[in-house]
Order: sequence, then C-alpha cells, then structure tokens
Amino acid sequence: MLENIVSTGKKSTRDGFGAGLHAIGQQNDQVVALCADLVGSLKMQAFIKEFPERFFQVGIAEANMMGIAAGLATAGKIPFTGTFANFSTGRVYDQIRQSIAYSHKNVKICASHAGLTLGEDGATHQILEDVGMMKMLPGMTVINPCDYNQTKAATMAIAEHYGPVYLRFGRPGWPVFTPEDYKFEIGKAYQLSEGSDVSIFATGHLVWIAVEAAKELAAEGISCEVINIHTIKPLDEEAVLDSVSKTKCVVTAEEHQMHGGLGDSIAQLLARKLPTPIEMVAVNDSFGESGKPMQLLDKYGLGTSNVVAAVKAAIERK
Amino acid sequence: MANIEKLKKIASQVRRDIVRQTHYAASGHPGGSLGCADYLTALYFEIMTHDPSFNMEGKNEDVFFLSNGHISPLFYSVLAHAGYFDPKELATFRNINSRLQGHPATHEGLPGIRVASGSLGQGISVANGVALAKKLDGEDKHVFVLTGDGELQEGQVWEAIMFAAHHKIDNLIVAVDRNGQQIDGPTKDVMSLGDLRAKWEAFDWEILEMNGNDMEEVVNTLQEAKRKSGNGKPIVILMDTEMGYGVDFMMGSHKWHGVAPNEEQTEIALAQLEETLGDYPYPYEG
Repeated sequence: MLENIVSTGKKSTRDGFGAGLHAIGQQNDQVVALCADLVGSLKMQAFIKEFPERFFQVGIAEANMMGIAAGLATAGKIPFTGTFANFSTGRVYDQIRQSIAYSHKNVKICASHAGLTLGEDGATHQILEDVGMMKMLPGMTVINPCDYNQTKAATMAIAEHYGPVYLRFGRPGWPVFTPEDYKFEIGKAYQLSEGSDVSIFATGHLVWIAVEAAKELAAEGISCEVINIHTIKPLDEEAVLDSVSKTKCVVTAEEHQMHGGLGDSIAQLLARKLPTPIEMVAVNDSFGESGKPMQLLDKYGLGTSNVVAAVKAAIERK
Repeated sequence: MANIEKLKKIASQVRRDIVRQTHYAASGHPGGSLGCADYLTALYFEIMTHDPSFNMEGKNEDVFFLSNGHISPLFYSVLAHAGYFDPKELATFRNINSRLQGHPATHEGLPGIRVASGSLGQGISVANGVALAKKLDGEDKHVFVLTGDGELQEGQVWEAIMFAAHHKIDNLIVAVDRNGQQIDGPTKDVMSLGDLRAKWEAFDWEILEMNGNDMEEVVNTLQEAKRKSGNGKPIVILMDTEMGYGVDFMMGSHKWHGVAPNEEQTEIALAQLEETLGDYPYPYEG
C-alpha cells in the first residue's frame, strides 16, 4: 500500500481551502466569508468574484471579525473567517471563547500559514500553539488536513457540520497524494498503510513526511502503519486503539508544539486506555525562525530522518 | 402614542427585581442595571418588534444585544416580564444549576439570550454580523446594542465602529450607557473617554443624545433613531444615565457597580420603588 502513495505534484493546502470555499459557496447559499486583509494569501478570490455580496472585508481587525462571524451565525449564516493561524487564534482567543465556542456558534475559523513552513516571515507569524489553544475550548472541532485535496474536501465538509470548527492549513506548495475524489469525514482517521511494527499518527504537512519515513523504513524491513489524523478533536479513539493494540508502539508527527498538540492527545488517550511506548515528533518548547520550509523542518526536528529515528526509538522501547 | 406611565410602572418593577436578585444572590451588579432600566424597558415594551416564543435566528424581528453583560439582572427581569420565561425563575439568579448565569449565556438555553457577554467589547461586533445578515436576507428590522461607557476603552469596540460605518450598516442602533463610572472610579479618572460625540462623528455615525432616565425622552429618541435608520449610516445614542438610578443611596457612585445590597439596604431600596407587577416569590419554588 505504501508504494501506492505518491505525489501527483505540489499544491498548497491554502489553495485547497480557496477551491473548497468556492465550491461550497456554489452549493450552499448560506455560506458567507470574511477576511482580515489577507484575501490573496487565503486564496479567497474565486469565492469573492462569484459571490461579492456574501463576502465581508473587515480590514486588519481580527477581534471584530470573530464577533461579526458569531453574529452572522446567530442569524443562520455559515461564516468562514480567513486570516493567518496566528491571528485566527492567539490574537482573538477571548473573542472565540465567549462569542463563538461558549455561545456554540456555527463559525468556521479558517487559518492559513500555520507552523514553521510559513518560512521566511519568521517566528512572529509561525504559530505552533494554535492546535493546543483551540482543542482546549469545549465543543470546538479541530482539523489539520494534509494536502490540497484533503483541505478542499475538509473545507466543504465543515460547512455541512453544525458547530464551531478550527481548520488549520499552510502556505507552501506541498505534495498532493490524497485522491481527488476523497470524501472527508470529520473525526474519522484515514489509514494510509497497514503495518505491524509501529503506528505512526501524523497530521497536516507531517503526514507526507511520515509517508516518506515509512518508505525508508520499509526498505530496512520495518513495517509502519501510517494513519492520517486530520481531525485532532474529536479524536478517532477507536482507530488509534485498534492500531496500537496491534503494533504496540507509537510515533506521532505534527508541525506544532509538543505541548498541546496531536501527540499530547494521543498520549492522553493511551495513558488512560492502553499504556504504550510513544515518541513524539514535534517542536520541543521553542519558537521558530526565518528560513526555507524544509530547512526549518530539519532544524526543528520535524524531518524524515527525525521520524525514522523516532520509529526506531519507539520499537526499541516495546 | 406610547403609554409612558405604563412603561414607568414596568421599569419600577424591573428595578425592584434588580435589587432583589442581587440581594438574594449576595452578588451581581445593581448600579448599571438600575441606570439602564428605562432604556431596556422602552426597547422591549414599546420599540422593538419581537417574539417572546424566541428563536435564535430572530428572523423578521428586531433583536437586542447586551454587550455590557454584567448588568444581567436588568436583562433577565425585562425578558421575564416580556414573556420570554416565567419571572419566578429570577429567584435562581447566580445560583447553581440556574439558566440565569452571572453574565448572560446561551449555554443553558435561557430564551432571549443570543450570545454570551461579559468579557467586554464584543457586542457591537456581534450586532454587526446580525445586521449584515438581515440586510443579506432583505429584512427591514433593526439590531439594537447596549454598551457601557467604560467598555469603550476596549479596542475591539472601535474596530466594530469603523466596520459599521464602512459597510453602511444603517439598521444598527447602538446605545452607550454614559454613566461616567467604572469599577475603579469615575471614567475621567480611570481612563478618559474624551469627547464621545466628536469621536463617533469622526467615525461617520449618526449621533443622538438623550437622558436615559427620562422615559418619555428615551421613547422619543429611540423612535427618532428608527426613523433615521436606512440612510447609509449606523446610529449611536449617547445615553446619559445615573448609575443606581431609582435608589437614592446607590445613585451616582461607582461603589455600587458590583456590590449587592444587604438586608437593611434592600429594605430601604424597595421602599423607594413601587411594586407594580408583583414581586417574584423567593426562594424559588420551581
């Protein structure tokens, strides 16, 4: 199965969002969009061109944007907010907490440029804490798709789901390997390969890194079960436990702080239900810096070689 | 023609409810609640077209948002007497397992509440969203918001004010409770608001002013605000009120912002406020 997972070329996940927003806008006339002066970065032009009356430019005022979205949702619309992940979360945490999450508003918080792969803009913009902040909010769904096709499908799927959602995606061109006709199911883990030696649970851009690592390990005779956890909350506990009960050790991989990320969620689940050796590929209590995306992933321990090393360490601990 | 005397009688009962709720809960915010009682009574009993059977979306209704959520005892009393829920439930204010949370919330499903508030500065933003939706849906109804004056120190408020003018949200009618007080003292000492009229003018809003403790003036001004809607500009009413209005020893001081009256103070306060619609029973009997 692993050898069938190949890249059909590179496209950014934010392009997937833009395509998904446009497509769902055509299907559902209650979908509206807001943006805080980052229309081009969020790839929202196609939606805006076709539905100018359903788009609201809010300027550089993210707090206000979250409140407006809560109001639009109150009146029955399905608002999608667009800005960078940093400004979609930390900058507006209290607005999301009170006006959206606590008030259970059907708002879709769509966050681009998440993580280190934002690149040259540096640590001010490279948020690595957003998943943690969002998953702590009661009732918030947290999704981090892995490629263009999955992001497009996820964008469309969240419009059909009632409740607040945090959708996280990124800036760089990235290998596309999810099928084009892929149907996104919120909260349902997506298994990429069957394996017997280790379970690798990966999310976002790191899913591709995990696939590459698994291919390398296969050549060494190590069999990896790679599972794409696109929905970090609610976590597909059954898929995790099923896989781990077979492989008996775990590696998690994500473009996020170790504190508060996917690894954290899986470790918590396993500690409660099935204690298992676990290694985490994540940023270890550090800010990022300027650089090229792949340079940054390597420097901060999120590269293919880091996943390979983590797998070997996990197997060693069985 | 509005029946001003009838509205005054309702406001008197609302003020009694505010004193009793905060007294029994031994917590809450009586000062600002008393000051805004005339405004909110006029809105729900004279100005707004609204349906107490309550649906969240409020389609084809005027809707109201309370941005300064700490004056919840006022909001709850007005909603109850307007028919959103039984006034008997006011006896549960701030209790465990109550729908009447310290600050308004949708979480427990209290009819009449459309968004949580209490963390300040968010109400005008939310109202902007609902007002936009009403325009998208071709409705001619209004969105009202009440905000405190101290609350204007929050930066988000000015983001929302700028947005409303830019997008010509002319079905939005904001009222500012200009009582000049906040928790730590008079606003002029804590953080001066400056010339509020000049500030709102600079943001290109339609501006009205009124004495928020004169029922006739409140009704007339709110009606004027509705008449001025639909002209390309959002509308603000700078509403002068006295914190604690109606209870002599609470009036004009920030000290009653967030302090509940004790038994003796409650007795003195209630003696100054006519019981017009009947006091709700306490304790709560279900």
